[in-house]
Amino acid sequence: MSIAAVLAFPNRSSEREMPVPRDLAHLSDEALVALVGHGEEVALAELYDRFGRLAYGLALRILRDPALAEDAVQEAFMTLWRSAGRFLPERAKASTWILTLVHRRAVDLVRREERRRGEPLEGTDGRTDDPAEDVVWLRFERERVQAALRALPDPQREALELAYYGGFSQSELADRLGQPLGTIKSRMFAGLSRLRELLTDAESERDPWQNTRSTH
Amino acid sequence: MAEHEIHALTAAYALDALDEVEELEFEEHLRTCAQCRDELRDLLEAATALAYAVEVPAPPATLRSRILSQARVERATVVPFRRRRNWPAYVTGAAAAAAAAAAVGIGLWANSLSGSLDRERQVLDVLSDPAAESTRLDGADGRLVVTGSGRAALIVSQLDHAPAGKTYEVWVFRTPDDRPQPAGLFEAEQATDIVQLTEAVPEGATVAVTLEQDGGVDQPTGSLLFSAKT
Repeated sequence: MSIAAVLAFPNRSSEREMPVPRDLAHLSDEALVALVGHGEEVALAELYDRFGRLAYGLALRILRDPALAEDAVQEAFMTLWRSAGRFLPERAKASTWILTLVHRRAVDLVRREERRRGEPLEGTDGRTDDPAEDVVWLRFERERVQAALRALPDPQREALELAYYGGFSQSELADRLGQPLGTIKSRMFAGLSRLRELLTDAESERDPWQNTRSTH
Repeated sequence: MAEHEIHALTAAYALDALDEVEELEFEEHLRTCAQCRDELRDLLEAATALAYAVEVPAPPATLRSRILSQARVERATVVPFRRRRNWPAYVTGAAAAAAAAAAVGIGLWANSLSGSLDRERQVLDVLSDPAAESTRLDGADGRLVVTGSGRAALIVSQLDHAPAGKTYEVWVFRTPDDRPQPAGLFEAEQATDIVQLTEAVPEGATVAVTLEQDGGVDQPTGSLLFSAKT
């Protein structure tokens, strides 16, 4: 914690509810995960402020139920809290790890909520309640990824969306789409590889936004 | 699964589109295949980008404080096996295999399991044995899984981390009158723990867990926390 933050909160106690000082805002996601690994609650709070909104949006998209989405996010962050000390940064970026934890929890949950999966994927997208709260970097990223998705061939996009947002396994997808399993595997692989290329090509355009990431 | 087939699962794994058994197999494969790990790193980035394509309504403000207070409570809690509130029910009961997959999934990201490769392979053998029988734990969330030959694994969720200087110890009572056999130690470091028992579990035996001093003991001294009868 910086001197300024200590001075600003002379009575700071971990037992008290109070706004978390944003003195960790300059740290990388990876550094924050390392701090969480040492039990630093303010680092967990900072990671929640960076990714909580995205995590909730993702969980809600998959689960279509606000209470279940909250559970998925909470459990993912608790997993983060417990296992951050053993995170290996060479395996993935910290942001990827966190969102993967959320995705995995949400998919586990939706596979137990069969009725939700019969519903069409469209139509229950979370709406931004208050446009003024929509965060600039998130909107920018959303448009960037949506544009990349639109550039994929339809069968590839369909396979990615049903798997990632619908929580369908590859075997379920093969049944649902009436395609051999090998075809589904190929579409997922080709789709993800192409998506990566498209996003990497556009990477240079996003630099101005890199240091302004916060969802709150 | 044939070697060449398993390489082809990287994209499906990155999308969480494998079923539980496939997922366990693939994670096992990842430990020894640097090529798949490299590929996975790239494909995971791409898959996670899909999270950014979603419209994002603000989560309820209470979610943040719930998460932070649970984190605080967990750190402060030293009482073993206190059930945590607000946990979804899916990690309990019939979802044992999924819980196992989830726990192993955490292992993929973490280095806690390095050096325990053989042990983990044995656990996977037990869990993926189609003939294995599983029994619900009495007193905790989780299952005891026993193969026909008596090899056994304990899957337990939502246990508190063992307090400093203490460890959870597993016991096998072959019959109610036999001396209990020590059958393994664990610390409850994960949301779900998977413990390979070091003793065979014959039919009709009871498996129980107590809290003991670090390093384990020969005979149980702590009170019985939870158990399962086969």
